[in-house]
Amino acid sequence: MFSDFDFDVVINAIPFLWEGMQLTFLLTFLAITGGLFLGVLLALSRLSHIKVLSFAAGSYVNFFRSMPLILVIFWFYFLVPFIVGRPVGGFYSVLVAFTLFEAAYYCEIMRAGIQSVRISQVQAGQAIGLSYSQNMRYIVLPQAFRNMTPILLTQAVILFQDTSLVYVVGLHDFLVNAEIVATRENRLIELFSTVAVVYFVLCLSFSLSIRKLQKRFSI
Amino acid sequence: MIEMKNVSKWYGTFCVLNKCSTSVAKGEVVVVCGPSGSGKSTLIKCINGLEPFQEGSITFNDISVGDAKTNLSKLRSRIGMVFQNFELFPHISVIKNIMLGQEKVLGRTTEEAEKRGMELLHRVGLSEHAHKFPGQLSGGQQQRVAIARGLAMDPVAMLFDEPTSALDPEMINEVLDVMVELAKEGMTMMVVTHEMGFAKNVADRVIFMDEGRIEEDCTKEEFFSESRGERAQLFLSKILHH
Repeated sequence: MFSDFDFDVVINAIPFLWEGMQLTFLLTFLAITGGLFLGVLLALSRLSHIKVLSFAAGSYVNFFRSMPLILVIFWFYFLVPFIVGRPVGGFYSVLVAFTLFEAAYYCEIMRAGIQSVRISQVQAGQAIGLSYSQNMRYIVLPQAFRNMTPILLTQAVILFQDTSLVYVVGLHDFLVNAEIVATRENRLIELFSTVAVVYFVLCLSFSLSIRKLQKRFSI
Repeated sequence: MIEMKNVSKWYGTFCVLNKCSTSVAKGEVVVVCGPSGSGKSTLIKCINGLEPFQEGSITFNDISVGDAKTNLSKLRSRIGMVFQNFELFPHISVIKNIMLGQEKVLGRTTEEAEKRGMELLHRVGLSEHAHKFPGQLSGGQQQRVAIARGLAMDPVAMLFDEPTSALDPEMINEVLDVMVELAKEGMTMMVVTHEMGFAKNVADRVIFMDEGRIEEDCTKEEFFSESRGERAQLFLSKILHH
């Protein structure tokens, strides 16, 4: 029965699939960058002694962690144009949704990372006269990032897989493009097997390189 | 130089420091000793504001440490501090450890900071280790780097919080030697330690603490004579008779 399979369909579709993959990569990259940046700010707020700030950050995190990602994507798809007053397109609304959603998770990872740095290291920084922000920048965050790199990268792998949810707002990512080809050519098994293999290989090799990195950077 | 008046501190209802008063004059070397949990480390950390205290006052060169308006970072940059577990920054090299404060706090250029850093490393006998990471050094070497890091800020006083108690016995002397040398140069020092040999050798005064109180505060001659109090005698008999 395997003789019925036609993998030429897949080979011919490579440029089209690559187009989709580029969107997947771009979205993953931008959401990680934005999510990390926002996540650091949230984590610092959450650990802040200023009650209002830590409460606000805490509520934010709890709110987003209690929502299904797909709902957040839908929600922003309809909400963002409403706020800006004009249509912004699927890409930007999805980017905002991913960034804000991921930030909540990165915040928690970061908070654990910051708390993993011993208080005596903070005191050593203070003792040579570093201000709070200098201490964070030169002493605490560099060590925190080292401690949490494996979890951050694992979260990145999860995000990479989650970007396939963009199909709900009609964006053409890798999976959607594969599905288009699959239904057009009536070659569902070939296409979806290919998609599975590609996701598997990318995620696995990324995870393996994380483990290598982890060994090299451990202190 | 350091004036401490009726300083008290509580963790919840537990009193860690109970009306502690003492002073350290310029050029003086004061050793603080006492059983563990007696508040020695807390006391010394209150001086540069690493630990807050609830009552009393501490002034350093007439600047109040407890005052919310005091620029603590600036104050701390003038007091060197050496910790029990060295607390070198593990993610940067030895020389960078010594340069960081000079550059970011004192505003020295990289060249100046490196030059001063190398001088100090040379002084503590570790110049060939400048570009290693702290984790590659032995405990004694790390502690000497930590002393160099403190000295790099050109402090007017140095605080030592049990600088040798995390070290293997054979490394204790290399650290004490550096400290003795410093003391002989006239550095103002407050040292929490159980090294009574160091106290006998270079201390001007000895403070004995027990249960958050300063029980004895006298010259080392008085302290090591028989006139001291019962608790201090008991403590000394415990640590000296081995």
